[in-house]
Amino acid sequence: MIATMAAALNAALRDCLREDPSVIVFGEDVGPLGGVFRVTDGLAREFGEERCFDTPLAESGIVGTAVGMAMYGLRPVVEMQFDAFAYPAFEQIASHVAKMRNRTRGRVALPMVIRIPYGGGIGGVEHHCDSSEAYYTHTAGLRVVTPGTPADAYWMLRQAVASPDPVVFLEPKRRYWARGEVDPAVPGTPMDRAVVRREGTDVTLLAYGPMVQTALEAAEAAAEEGWSAEVIDLRSLSPFDDETVTASVRRTGRAVVVHEAQSFCGYGAEVAARVTERCFHHLHAPVLRVGGFDIPYPPPALEEHHLPGVDRILDAVARLQWEHA
Amino acid sequence: MLPSPQPLGLIDPDGKRTAYRGHPLPPPEVLRELHRRMVIGRRFDRQAGALTRQGRLAVYPSSHGQEACQIGGVLALGPGDWLFPTYRDSVALLTRGIDPVEVLTLLRGSWHSGYDPYRYKTGPQCTPLATNALHAVGLADAARRRGDDVAVLVLMGDGATSEGDAHEAFNFAAVYGAPVVFLIQNNGWAISVPLEKQSKAPTLAHKAVGYGIPGRLVDGNDAAIVYAVVHDALEKARGGGGPTVVEAVTYRIEAHTNADDPTRYRDDEEVAAWRRRDPIDRMEAYLRGNGLIDDAALDGVRAEAEEVAAGVRERMRADDHVAPAELFAHVYAEQTPQLREQAALLAAELAADADVDQEVPA
Ligand SMILES: Cc1ncc(C[n+]2csc(CCOP(=O)(O)OP(=O)(O)O)c2C)c(N)n1
Repeated sequence: MIATMAAALNAALRDCLREDPSVIVFGEDVGPLGGVFRVTDGLAREFGEERCFDTPLAESGIVGTAVGMAMYGLRPVVEMQFDAFAYPAFEQIASHVAKMRNRTRGRVALPMVIRIPYGGGIGGVEHHCDSSEAYYTHTAGLRVVTPGTPADAYWMLRQAVASPDPVVFLEPKRRYWARGEVDPAVPGTPMDRAVVRREGTDVTLLAYGPMVQTALEAAEAAAEEGWSAEVIDLRSLSPFDDETVTASVRRTGRAVVVHEAQSFCGYGAEVAARVTERCFHHLHAPVLRVGGFDIPYPPPALEEHHLPGVDRILDAVARLQWEHA
Repeated sequence: MLPSPQPLGLIDPDGKRTAYRGHPLPPPEVLRELHRRMVIGRRFDRQAGALTRQGRLAVYPSSHGQEACQIGGVLALGPGDWLFPTYRDSVALLTRGIDPVEVLTLLRGSWHSGYDPYRYKTGPQCTPLATNALHAVGLADAARRRGDDVAVLVLMGDGATSEGDAHEAFNFAAVYGAPVVFLIQNNGWAISVPLEKQSKAPTLAHKAVGYGIPGRLVDGNDAAIVYAVVHDALEKARGGGGPTVVEAVTYRIEAHTNADDPTRYRDDEEVAAWRRRDPIDRMEAYLRGNGLIDDAALDGVRAEAEEVAAGVRERMRADDHVAPAELFAHVYAEQTPQLREQAALLAAELAADADVDQEVPA
């Protein structure tokens, strides 16, 4: 079927609720309203108030109660309404969700999914557009994944709910309405693996979530300039799929990592460091980062200047010391 | 819903039955058990303090003075019930039946938690204040959703009630009708900060009312009233009656931990006054005064406490060696390739160290 990413996520939640009676879905406005992005549309009606429900307005409360519920054998899938509104839950996430298994020497697992719509590009006012992935990837014990296509949205969410580990599931909100083929009958690639979205030979573009589409457009434009760009959709930000990424960069000898988030101490810094450590003798140029500026997320009228686009990616590709090729 | 203006009590500081008749006095065998556990708990606590001075524990937050709260609360739990303790609650854990050495795992620093939460229906000791209250509410609510006959008791300090998670836990519990009892051990101090800098509520039990939860104010040095009120609240919770907040007014006789210096913020007279309200002395006086215990039985209890202490002393002499490879074992359900690499790196470092050690002439 052709579906939007939001519809694919909705279908994934519906199938999880149907197949596993321990799955419960809760958060702010996820009940009768179906979530502000309609990702939980119809679930309360179909599965009842006991399986899909609205909580009081308190993010730490949502995640903290999910910890206790998971301890008792439920599989909570909770929604944080927006990236920046997940911050009140950070203590529960960093101090308990991520650490409980380790703290208890493997005795208490916390299988749960924390869904967070993230990133900009939708004209959102302050606090609705943060790229907060690095806070979570810096926290050992969490799996952090982000789909770039509707098909991945469906399958990665299914896998996240089935995972024995807690998963921070970052949903690129500007791609919620992007359409693509989703086949609930054909299992997707495991969520902890990166995939090559477009093959190329000269340079590897590493992107995830909202930037996958942008990187693909940049690769198209690069082809016109004579560069053959490979595009990798990282999918799993933590753990990182070194194998797929390293194999690509060793072949192409050049890499650019692209994200919306501020570059300083951003996720791309880790990617650039890892790629450099593992591919140094194959590299013709330093790994470059294309990210947002090191500023608080800008107001809607100015966000286009902040968000990396095709041109900024192409500029980075152009700087990869082709004269030494 | 409002708590009583004065803390409820069944046995006064002199070991006399109070005039309060709102709760029946627990039966003699329960009173004797409360007493026995308090004597053992106090002795264990003293032993843990000694182990800290000997460097066998990294840190120890004492339960001295708070035995009535911890033991009254824990003994009130039913067979299917859960407990969510804090770092302060070693004596509660001992009373829960957890191996004392496993109680001390966190504090001796060999791992973050020593016991199996499922075996004892007890969450790990929780250090981030008030965060355990939400876990308790979540577990209680999960049990309610499943239709299980389970209630949950969560322990928290007076300082912890200022945290946002305490507020969220009270509110979620009320809205969900979760079978949970919040037992606030108001020991007067949060490290160096007295209660009056923590809250302007008439009492901490009053806070409950704002959430639509009944608040109960009890004498936290009277094990009988703590047991009776918590027992009632748990029963009510299991029956679908929702949460209760119980504030038990008590006192932290020792420093916050061995690393603290209470002379910088409180007077000895205050401590002395609370020593006169000791929870064990008053229970002993009541039991003796009413012919419920004799010298032989008392000697028996004290001997048992000595035995527990000796066992802890002996077993804590042995090092609790944890293989360094375990650092990488429980981060995820399955080790990631990155953690496998890092485990190999550490193993190589250790092997190299071992080689160097062998080269040193004997
Ligand atoms: C979120 C958080 N902030 C600060 C601390 C540091 N800390 C540990 S114990 C403590 C005092 C807590 O007082 P109270 O809740 O009254 O419990 P008590 O230690 O007296 O039993 C503080 C500030 C902490 N553990 N967690």
